[in-house]
Amino acid sequence: MAERMLLKGNAVGRVLLLDEPLSMWGGLDPETGEIIDRRHPQAGLNAAGRVLVMPAGRGSSSSSSVLAEAIRLGTAPAAIILGESDDIVLVGALVAEELYGITCPVVVADGDTYSRLRPDEEVTITPAGVAFPAVGEG
Amino acid sequence: MELTLSEHDREMAAGVHGQAPALAMRILTHVAAADGALRFIDITSAHVDSCLYHGEAGLDFAERLAATGGRVAVPTTLNVSSLDLLHPDLVHADDRLRDRGRRLMAAYTAMGGTPTWTCAPYQSPRRPALGEHIAWAESNAIVFANSVLGARTDRYGDFIDICAALTGRVPETGLHLDEHRRARVVFRLVGVPDRLASAEVLYPVLGHLIGRATGTKVPAIVGLPPGVPEDALKAFGAAAASSGGVAMFHAVGTTPEAPTLEAALGGAAPEQVIDVDLAALRAARDELTTHLDGVLTAVSVGTPHFSLEEFRSLAALVSGRQVAPGVEFYVNTSREVLAAAAAEGTVHTLRLAGIDIVTDTCTYITPVLRGRNGIVMTNSGKWAWYAPGNIGVEVAFGSLIDCVDSAMAGAIIRDEAVWSG
Repeated sequence: MAERMLLKGNAVGRVLLLDEPLSMWGGLDPETGEIIDRRHPQAGLNAAGRVLVMPAGRGSSSSSSVLAEAIRLGTAPAAIILGESDDIVLVGALVAEELYGITCPVVVADGDTYSRLRPDEEVTITPAGVAFPAVGEG
Repeated sequence: MELTLSEHDREMAAGVHGQAPALAMRILTHVAAADGALRFIDITSAHVDSCLYHGEAGLDFAERLAATGGRVAVPTTLNVSSLDLLHPDLVHADDRLRDRGRRLMAAYTAMGGTPTWTCAPYQSPRRPALGEHIAWAESNAIVFANSVLGARTDRYGDFIDICAALTGRVPETGLHLDEHRRARVVFRLVGVPDRLASAEVLYPVLGHLIGRATGTKVPAIVGLPPGVPEDALKAFGAAAASSGGVAMFHAVGTTPEAPTLEAALGGAAPEQVIDVDLAALRAARDELTTHLDGVLTAVSVGTPHFSLEEFRSLAALVSGRQVAPGVEFYVNTSREVLAAAAAEGTVHTLRLAGIDIVTDTCTYITPVLRGRNGIVMTNSGKWAWYAPGNIGVEVAFGSLIDCVDSAMAGAIIRDEAVWSG
């Protein structure tokens, strides 16, 4: 299978494709959903409601807490797609689901699926994986 | 092959031992399955990072576990918090942060966590030994435990740390297994002058450089003098775990699983060999500085927490001198090290010089600094990496001697000779 669902769920959103891994702690403002790591190439963009796509997790142990808080506040991404598995991201989403019943699906995509994710394109996440929009005339 | 639970694991999951271990096992089991682990293993200690307040979610989780009778199953130390309970006036938190910070700390001590409030649990005499399986969170503690102590912990984060502490169990995966502990990337120091190779200031810079280059892959470093001191390895690991995701390294000739490069590589060939020269180190050093021209408002050292040996070094440097007016000088440390340093008299020497000591927390995660409009100087690669984003300051990186000389002069002074060829 092209995707592995670390945390199953449903979500729809436009892809926010990050060029580098983002540490949620120090990188994402849970009050607003904005990317606040000044060194990050996508600094200043807002992740709320987007399908956040990044190659891997990064950095601090505290990122689980920050992600859970963003999910609680409704500023988190609608779903997170990773190039490689990351327990710190997974646990943040798991705990938010336990506490608040809100699911932010976490997906690991293989290279083929990952490379099909286009910035700003709307994708649908289901318990079975990532669904891309039907290919149009273009 | 699927995850197999022991009888005790199944009892915990079924709620036989209470709701808190059941919730913890639910999370651990989900993570174990995601990681492809086949079983859980026992741990001998836990270090919990979740006691630092990042919002209501963390507090909700801790209070739910504590309210449902959660008790740690293994000796558990607690990481830094948002407050300094010994010196409450040093933290300029609003009432809400004070209230939330205190409640979070209370929840973790109610569950049986030892109120150590330190990011450097490895500075305690009661630290894990070679080969012990542990569950530590806090990136610098993880990398130190794996690399310097040879204990075995995976890269645990918030929430899963207390789940491991409440159950005494972790998935057998990641750095608990030999195959993930061997070095993948070799860094060779080439043409680095002896004076720099033996200088304390090299280590946070080298850690920063290697973290950037290796990501999460285990690096081995060759070309360092044998027997690198623990404080230098602490500074190295903390920087590498900040700029990258380094959870283990091998300093060949120093760390316990790297008597030789061959041993560090576990008999395999490296995926990559990277040469590190003086120019690369100078560039890495420059990345740790955002500003050099401007007013020096503060100096902060002790990230990770200052050791007893570092208190001795700093006391020798500041004895009989005085921090310049208008400059704040902070040392971050643990209660345990503070008590030991006070007994030796070094704390008194620091206070006479005009230095404030912060315990239980750290200056880059909670409001301590009064002046934030100028430049803050530090000898910590980790502080330099995180503080500009976290607390919005400009930072200048230098050695401990640079930090002291600058604080006394009231202006940034850096010894450039050690960085010349």
